Amino acid sequence: MPRPATDAVGGAGGPGPSLPPSAPVARRRSRRAVGGVGPLGLGVATLWLSLIVLLPLAAVLVSSLEGGLAGFWDAVSSPPAQRALKLTLTVSAVVTVINAVMGTLIAWVLVRDEFRGKAIVNALIDLPFALPTIVASIVLLALIGANSPIGLDLVATHWAIGIALLFVTLPFVVRSVQPVMLELDRDAEQAAASLGASNATIFRRIVLPALAPALISGAGLAFARAVGEYGSVVLVSGNTPRNQVASQYIADRIETDQPAAAAAMSVTLLLITFAVLLVLRVVAHRRTSREG
Amino acid sequence: MIAAHGIHKHYGDFHALRDVSIEIPDGSLTALLGPSGSGKSTLLRVIAGLEAPDEGVIAIAGNDVTRLAPQGRGIGFVFQHYAAFKHMTVRDNVAFGLKIRKRPKAEIASRVDELLEIVGLAGYQGRYPSQLSGGQRQRMALARALAVEPRVLLLDEPFGALDAKVREDLRKWLRRLHDEVHVTTVLVTHDQEEAMDVADRIAVMNAGRIEQVGAPRDLYDAPATEFVMSFLGPTATLGGRLVRPHDLVLSRGPAEDAVPVTVERVVHLGFEVRVELRDGDDAQLSAQTTRAEAAALDVEAGQSLFVRAERPAVAA
Repeated sequence: MPRPATDAVGGAGGPGPSLPPSAPVARRRSRRAVGGVGPLGLGVATLWLSLIVLLPLAAVLVSSLEGGLAGFWDAVSSPPAQRALKLTLTVSAVVTVINAVMGTLIAWVLVRDEFRGKAIVNALIDLPFALPTIVASIVLLALIGANSPIGLDLVATHWAIGIALLFVTLPFVVRSVQPVMLELDRDAEQAAASLGASNATIFRRIVLPALAPALISGAGLAFARAVGEYGSVVLVSGNTPRNQVASQYIADRIETDQPAAAAAMSVTLLLITFAVLLVLRVVAHRRTSREG
Repeated sequence: MIAAHGIHKHYGDFHALRDVSIEIPDGSLTALLGPSGSGKSTLLRVIAGLEAPDEGVIAIAGNDVTRLAPQGRGIGFVFQHYAAFKHMTVRDNVAFGLKIRKRPKAEIASRVDELLEIVGLAGYQGRYPSQLSGGQRQRMALARALAVEPRVLLLDEPFGALDAKVREDLRKWLRRLHDEVHVTTVLVTHDQEEAMDVADRIAVMNAGRIEQVGAPRDLYDAPATEFVMSFLGPTATLGGRLVRPHDLVLSRGPAEDAVPVTVERVVHLGFEVRVELRDGDDAQLSAQTTRAEAAALDVEAGQSLFVRAERPAVAA
């Protein structure tokens, strides 16, 4: 734990210039600065995180390696695993892009426009968050299942998976972009207009860069959620080998008593989502740290 | 020349501008001066095209621009809170308008450097706005507005967010800049000292109307209304009339038009001495004199004196 001392020092004035290295006593004392956390608090936080997050992750990692690295590789590179992984990542990526665009548009309308029923629309956005995902699946089954009232039977197609994922990941971009949009500097937009920029240029050059960190983090969360989604997909995907997402593949392996294959796919999903979140975080951090 | 004619603007029930007409001559630096809510910022934004008037006409250089978007008015606008493009470097901020106009890269680069030289930010090209002080950000905003060679420069309380010392430096600097660049400039401020210091013409606004337009000295010496008189400097009421405290003359003996008063308190403010008085009707007023005059009269609290106005006052 090399961080707590410096963190406590920086706590009062933000990440300013570091103190001269000749003040070890002052450093130890300043750990008790207002708003700082004592060693006990830090210990409890670390222990809790380990128990709840790291320990299960370690367990799944161990069971995925039961057959050694070669066994892991065989499990992940088998044609059904590859098919499920490819389908999951492709649909998730497309869904993320669509929701990044539509989510930004919805947030824009909610922040900048006044219309009747705005409060209802605003509340509606959170519905996919609040709804149990299996209920979402039943709702979609009613809409695009065999008895579709609009004559659109999409069950067991990629479209069904895409629509289910669009539904459950809608709130992420809206809710991460909305607060930033509320705080946007309207003067900057007007300044750009006075300098001759068209509305499209103002959006592209002034608004979008300001939204980018929130947009990227919202999209990252949506993607991570889509990659791991199970409940909303389970009823509409048909669960045929050709149309199986990674989470269904995992459930399938468990049911057919292949825990190592299930664990290997789980670790792969974990690594992918972790890598995506990490990259997005770095990108977003670079942008925000520059703007102060 | 900028001409506004018969401008009305409402925000809901609030009548922000009431039949405002003003002409701003080419090359002048005009201040719109007034308390908050007087409509000065609204008038500036109407001139810029950032607000549309409910009635009236705005003309810039003889062209009716009332229905024209801000993009087409040839203006530069500077905001109180800088409105910096936070994700762009100083260079990109200043170059913004030139890039929109698709000028050649080499021309943009040299123009940006030249402007940053003028505003005293040479060498800051690569910085981000968050790495600049408030005064530096505002000078960057000025360079950005000047880059597109606007016909009119509009400044909305440009020094309002800065502390007193920086504000004073910056307004002297703005005056020098205007003497160099000569672009027609309108400055909105609620600070009469700032307006007197910087502007060659002042329009005093109150409750959505223009009360008086003129040179700073004319407004101070010959205010048209009681509002202008009291907004441009301290006042005292003598015999039901508004006068400047430094126009009050104290004497030991009675004189023509002089009113008997009692000295309540004598305050020494360096070179000046403020004498707080109470007249026969028990109303308070202050006179401002020099140290020498105060010493000659040997003023002290409790003393009975006579006071008269040296110059004709504005009827209250």
